[in-house]
Amino acid sequence: MTALVVDALTVAFGRFTALDCVSLAVDPGEVRAVIGPNGAGKTTLLDVISGITKPVSGRVMLGDHVDLTKRSEAEIAKAGVRRKFQEPSVFPALTVRENLEIGCGPALPARDRPARIAALLCEIGLGARAEVPAGRLAHGEKQWLEIGMVLAAEPALLLLDEPVAGLSDTETAQTAALIRALRRPDRAILVIEHDMAFVEAVADRVTVLHEGRTLYEGSMAGARADARVIEVFLGR
Amino acid sequence: MPTTLATPAGPARRAVRDPLVAGLVGLCLAAAAALVVAPPAPYLVNALGQLAAFAILAVSLDLVWGYLGILSLGHGLFFAIGGYVCAMHLLAQGVAATGVLPDFVQFMGWTRLPAYWTGLDHAAYALVLALAVAGLVAFVFGFASFRSRVNGVYFSIISQALVYVSMLLMYRNDTGLGGNNGMTGFPLLFGWPMGSPGVVTGLAVAALLTLAGVLTGTRLLVGSAIGRRMLACRDDETRLRTLGYSTTRLKLGIWCLSAMIAALAGILYVPQVGIINPRVLAPDLSIEIAVWVAIGGLGRLGGAVIGAILVNGLKFWLSAAMPEAWPFILSGLVLLVVLVLPNGLLDLVGWRPRPTWLRGAP
Repeated sequence: MTALVVDALTVAFGRFTALDCVSLAVDPGEVRAVIGPNGAGKTTLLDVISGITKPVSGRVMLGDHVDLTKRSEAEIAKAGVRRKFQEPSVFPALTVRENLEIGCGPALPARDRPARIAALLCEIGLGARAEVPAGRLAHGEKQWLEIGMVLAAEPALLLLDEPVAGLSDTETAQTAALIRALRRPDRAILVIEHDMAFVEAVADRVTVLHEGRTLYEGSMAGARADARVIEVFLGR
Repeated sequence: MPTTLATPAGPARRAVRDPLVAGLVGLCLAAAAALVVAPPAPYLVNALGQLAAFAILAVSLDLVWGYLGILSLGHGLFFAIGGYVCAMHLLAQGVAATGVLPDFVQFMGWTRLPAYWTGLDHAAYALVLALAVAGLVAFVFGFASFRSRVNGVYFSIISQALVYVSMLLMYRNDTGLGGNNGMTGFPLLFGWPMGSPGVVTGLAVAALLTLAGVLTGTRLLVGSAIGRRMLACRDDETRLRTLGYSTTRLKLGIWCLSAMIAALAGILYVPQVGIINPRVLAPDLSIEIAVWVAIGGLGRLGGAVIGAILVNGLKFWLSAAMPEAWPFILSGLVLLVVLVLPNGLLDLVGWRPRPTWLRGAP
């Protein structure tokens, strides 16, 4: 069984084709990185998986039965998909704790929340900042808080859109360690990132997108050796 | 110690700690008691009662605008629904008591009240009907808008159009609701002659107590888990949806609640002014409600009350003293708030219970 199958996905905005018959399969327990130059369609791919954008054709299967292209964002989230956005998307008017509480989702019983939140605060290293409004956090802290929010519901599929954008080298290394620690046999993680060293550190396999098409799929070492990938992306 | 981390100290503490709302509720109760014990001149009592009704209306708008990011420029519609049903009740009660039909019914050449007036002489039925109609209209409009993801200025414009269309409808004389003259000449309230000091005081006390109740209830709501979801939805609706929440349901629920609170304000307002006509559905009056909230302090329930009372208090005083200056004073107040006090007059005292107040819809 595969955790996520993207099958011949095509997305168009007017006459512009953002994704052109893209397919990929992610196994449970795998960390997959999607890389590619700007405009390759990486964020569009996440938009379709999380239900924000509807495709022209193609399917996105979660597990064996659930076609995500037919569901609303909230239904997709309830099916176990969580997304970390590129810009840190936290709720500025709410405290760190309140953000995490909302991250637990509507289904988790109230009595189970405090323990879950306490564990998350520890995991993302914001225990001392629990009562601080999220709007006052530093950029890196917001990134971690958002990771905590998407982890709160124990997702089966985690989508990370440039999780280390704008972070310092130290914060990037910490984030890489955090993502490696999130690997579980029953969880697939899909990461979009520009930072090659970071991708090499976290990903089992990479998919290279270019102008809406799949250019390469396989190991990072193989991507570095692939002539077409070098031409469009790595070589410059 | 992990157990202290686990206690929800933040939200729980903040839910009960809102000195401004607590103070205003106390003030309402004290004023209500003072009116009963030592009533001042009836026109002052009446003015206080009207201010309380406007304050309820402002709170209803602040609930959706300040806490959910939905700016309604048509809240006059729900206020008018409450007002019209209340007027119908007062007239129906008069007809039941005296047998004399209201003027506008006689002008239409009708020999009795239209069928949809049936039962409106019962106050309880009128109250339920007013709230139900306001809730239903809000539900239909809100469902259509929120489901199609109509947000921000688009929603505001459509809400404005809705109140305008309603005004055109109510200007028609064949609606059986008074047409362009509206409804007036209410003879009785619960069998007491309208305008007697006891009735004036009773209405003002009822408005003040309702304001206290609405403030307490909405404060508990915004301090609850639902209130936190409202703020989350206001600041980033997509984020909230992708965390598994149905924001359509949340927005629809609060929107309908807000409409019913506005209807309650209309119910309390009409017997105090003794008239309702399609002017309450004029778009500029609906915009003025947003001005009260913005002046007092958007996203703070106490701010909405202060804004409504301040602007309308000034209006009562100045529109009598120098009526031609009033529009300029109101415009000046709006400019002052926009330029100097972006969070409303509460900025003056630096009263900010939450740190990031985003203004209105994105």
